[in-house]
Amino acid sequence: MKILVALKRVVDYNVRVRVKSDGTGVETDGVKMSINPFDEIALEEALRIKERGEAEEVIVCSIGSNDVQQQLRTGLAMGADRAIHVETEVATQPLTAARVFMKLIERESPGIVFLGKQAIDDDCNQTGQMLAALWDRPQATFASKVELADGKATVAREVDAGLETIEIDLPAVMTSDLRLNEPRFVKLPDIMKAKRKPLDTVAIGDLGIETAADIESVSFEPPPKRGGGKMVGSVAELVGELKNKGLL
Amino acid sequence: MSRILIIAEHDGQALNPATAKTLSGALKMGISNIDLVVFAADPSAVAPSAAALAGVSRVLTIAHDDFAHPLAARLAPEVAALAGDYSHVLAPSTTFGKDLLPRAAALMGVNQVSDIMEVIDERTFKRPIYAGNAIVTVRVPDGGPVVATIRTASFAAAEEGGSASIEERSPQASNPGHTRFVKVEGSDGEGPDLSSADVVVSGGRALGSSDNFAIIYSLAKKMGAAVGASRAAVDAGYVPNELQVGQTGKIIAPDLYFAIGISGAIQHLTGIKDAGTIVAINKDPEAPIFEIADLGLVGDLFELVPELENAV
Repeated sequence: MKILVALKRVVDYNVRVRVKSDGTGVETDGVKMSINPFDEIALEEALRIKERGEAEEVIVCSIGSNDVQQQLRTGLAMGADRAIHVETEVATQPLTAARVFMKLIERESPGIVFLGKQAIDDDCNQTGQMLAALWDRPQATFASKVELADGKATVAREVDAGLETIEIDLPAVMTSDLRLNEPRFVKLPDIMKAKRKPLDTVAIGDLGIETAADIESVSFEPPPKRGGGKMVGSVAELVGELKNKGLL
Repeated sequence: MSRILIIAEHDGQALNPATAKTLSGALKMGISNIDLVVFAADPSAVAPSAAALAGVSRVLTIAHDDFAHPLAARLAPEVAALAGDYSHVLAPSTTFGKDLLPRAAALMGVNQVSDIMEVIDERTFKRPIYAGNAIVTVRVPDGGPVVATIRTASFAAAEEGGSASIEERSPQASNPGHTRFVKVEGSDGEGPDLSSADVVVSGGRALGSSDNFAIIYSLAKKMGAAVGASRAAVDAGYVPNELQVGQTGKIIAPDLYFAIGISGAIQHLTGIKDAGTIVAINKDPEAPIFEIADLGLVGDLFELVPELENAV
């Protein structure tokens, strides 16, 4: 079985993102970029499945400019076997991304396609679900535990009510939640080794997909600020303030 | 003509409050035709409360044993089949809506707007990106339906007092058979639901252990509040993940929020931005939580929390 893992290049988790003063976007010049953390968790899970002997090959893929090859190389250094770079200079919205991944599914016939539950830049939380729809296969979103047996997967999902368990037939799409695992650190020798692993590039135009109509971003603004509050010196004072506000 | 379809979230017995909040978002779009669809094994308990929400034109009920548990793979083709009659298809931005609606949107061939926090007009919305560090105004292109999830913390629940008609419809898709519900394990069900509680008491890593979290539960019980936690407390294993408040957990908007022993990481603050009054108790006067708290108290939480419990 092959596992296909989608990696998105995003502004690093630790960067405090700022909106450009002219409201045309957020500052990304000179900002550290990384693999979307949820995608990294997805890759880690795929690698663990392979290491348990339940998959033969882990393929990472990403959509974007040549810059995404950095994240693909990191994925290879983590342990993926090969990488596919779908090249485009245009930012890709979820439905178009799902159509791209569908083309890769047709080429690779994976048993599992693993994605992060959402990207921490646009926070859309859509691509995995959309891909499952196009593929007409099961989806296990927000996965926090995955067990495979007999061509099926039992997946625990983080839902508002607690933990939901579903059983799905493979092939299927899974999206990772935060608690699924803790991704490994990449070691220097693995980074060297990753340079020799295959990385294929395909132009998005050569995949023969129809681009979905994009949702237009009109303007960007910083979030409304909450005014700083008042410090109180004791529990009695706190209770008094809450009573004044009619909250107690 | 513009027409909105809202996918109701419920547990088979009662409507989830997220549904009434989604309706509030829909009402801001200035469209008078709003239908609510209830997929259920037996919609008879839920449909009347859906019909009682003010502003709903019709409640469509679609009954099938398959709908005893909401599985996106089963429901998405049903939603897509209904969608032809509508200009807008909306669901709450809960795990239910987030799981289902993108799957339906893909079948309809359109992108989705996730997490609407403000309605500008019927095709223009504001939504948070970068964990709430930026707000983007988006416009859905003409020519296709608007498919969107509504960030429930941004909208108050719609009032009751409506009397919509209830119409039965039949399922139009079949069970793909490849996805099966096994079980759901929730919290013990004590106290109000975290997502919709008026008062929430949250604890952070400073609690130090699962046992010490008892003082949080105790204060919450006294106040009739729900218990929440920071991601650090969840990661440390003090409490289960469904109590996590923040960008990667639940985004909530209670009238009163207590952040106890929580330093105030951005990802936590994103989850409580819309709270009415935020009270922070922390021993570190420099903790970022004090920058956004309405009322701050510096000190040892193990002394202050029991004292507070006695005082309320």
